[in-house]
Amino acid sequence: MEAVIDIQGLSKSFGSHEVLKDINFSVNKGEVVTIIGSSGSGKSTLLRCVNLLEKPSGGKIIFNGENILDDKHDVHQYRKNLGMVFQQFNLFNNHNVIGNCVVGQVKVLKRSKEDAEKIAMKYLKVVGMDAYVNAKPRQLSGGQKQRVAIARALSMEPDVMLFDEPTSALDPEMVGEVLKVMKELAGTGLTMLIVTHEMEFAREVSDRVVFMDKGVIAEEGTPEQIFNQPAQERTKEFLKRTLK
Amino acid sequence: MGYADAATSSGDAFIDRARRLAFLQGGATMTLEWIFRIVEQYWPMFLRGAGITLLIALIGTVLGGMIGLLAGVVRTIPCPERGVKRYLLKTINFILSVYIEFFRGTPMIVQAMVIFYGAALAFGYHMNPIIAGVVIVSINTGAYMAEIVRGGIISVDKGQYEAAQAIGMNHIKTMINVVMPQVIRNILPATGNQFIINIKDTAVLSVISISELFFVTKTIAGNNYRYFEAFFVVCILYFIMTYTITLILRYIERRMDGPDNYVMTANQIDTAEDIKRKNQGM
Ligand SMILES: Nc1ncnc2c1ncn2[C@@H]1O[C@H](COP(=O)(O)OP(=O)(O)OP(=O)(O)O)[C@@H](O)[C@H]1O
Ligand SMILES: [Mg+2]
Repeated sequence: MEAVIDIQGLSKSFGSHEVLKDINFSVNKGEVVTIIGSSGSGKSTLLRCVNLLEKPSGGKIIFNGENILDDKHDVHQYRKNLGMVFQQFNLFNNHNVIGNCVVGQVKVLKRSKEDAEKIAMKYLKVVGMDAYVNAKPRQLSGGQKQRVAIARALSMEPDVMLFDEPTSALDPEMVGEVLKVMKELAGTGLTMLIVTHEMEFAREVSDRVVFMDKGVIAEEGTPEQIFNQPAQERTKEFLKRTLK
Repeated sequence: MGYADAATSSGDAFIDRARRLAFLQGGATMTLEWIFRIVEQYWPMFLRGAGITLLIALIGTVLGGMIGLLAGVVRTIPCPERGVKRYLLKTINFILSVYIEFFRGTPMIVQAMVIFYGAALAFGYHMNPIIAGVVIVSINTGAYMAEIVRGGIISVDKGQYEAAQAIGMNHIKTMINVVMPQVIRNILPATGNQFIINIKDTAVLSVISISELFFVTKTIAGNNYRYFEAFFVVCILYFIMTYTITLILRYIERRMDGPDNYVMTANQIDTAEDIKRKNQGM
């Protein structure tokens, strides 16, 4: 299978604090990979390194066959290929719902406004927010905001979607609507890399699960392997703590 | 001992007080008369002075605001880790902070003198005083606005900046399309405040003979030996100008915030779930 993102020997330190150590893993085209692990294990940092919101301290990130950590690669060009969904939604408060989905297409991808609006509408429908095109972010609930944020990322039609705990900031009754959208997306063959604390969800949608512990990948495998027959002691312990 | 001291100490206190009271009572109607007379006779001069004050304050605030926005954008560029760009950016930032601290730290009246007479010394001729006034007020406002804008940028949460970066926008695009529109909204009250300060502070520009409102009033008062009356009139004029601006800015703020409610587009209303919910509700 063809790897879209291949991470080799990646490390990241904040000052003397080494948060990621020698991370190796890849995401194949059309694959849904979830990253699980306890708080502070470096999941967010890893995801942020993948789209260079954090600059890795060492290693390689091979994207479509090229190491994007080479000096010659333009960060902004590279980021067009990745969609990112944040825990805190981070919608643009000065734009309404459709504006959030259009501005990047027009300013970064140079699409015409009409095309951009059509594409935005298509993805707002996918997340079920097409009726709210005129609403401002402050007028939406958390779950609605997150669905718009997903539509905004999808509107850029990226090769890979990154999700950093997209439901962790939501009230329990809104978690379902966001996970439902993500499940649907997973079914469309979209390549997704998801950090999540929702174990049921991870088990259901993942092609592969990566378990991180203290800055390293402790174990990875199919959901059956990780959730039913974990090989590592620390994986077992983590699952016992979170599933119970 | 001076002559005046001798006069008061030897004067009859009772008569003195009675005389003063009589003068004040007569003076009150006189004063009112004078106020009307001054307004009637000099309103074109007041108006022209007010026009120049408004012009200088308005252009000064707008240009100063632009200086402030630009300085704010430059000062928040993430610093590259190495290379020529890093040193260039550091140098520009240094110059900007010298500018900001210097103009915030010296009185505008002194800056006006230094720039106006400095230019005369350097180029051998006097600048057009109105242009000199606009320059001084702009530079001065810019220094304050730079700090206000920086505060405004910090107040836009970092997540939005990152989200814009994550869809491939660079610093400038992020600033123009996401951060600055919010900064402008956030700093609008402070900008209005600065505009009002500028209207009042252009009065100090009378030291370089700009015929703005204060200068005009001094002339009128001096011509008639009627200081209280002339300055009373101008006091009201200043207040009318500043209060009008306050009202206009409030209106603009409300307009920028937009309506409190959004309109649902039609198709949502037709979904089965909604109809069901509606029916159940009835
Ligand atoms: N900007 C930063 N500066 C310094 N340390 C940081 C920074 N960002 C993260 N860290 C540290 O890196 C470690 C990993 O953080 P990270 O956010 O990646 O964990 P996480 O696995 O996402 O945790 P959570 O499940 O709570 O989100 C933590 O110890 C954190 O304190
Ligand atoms: Mg995290």
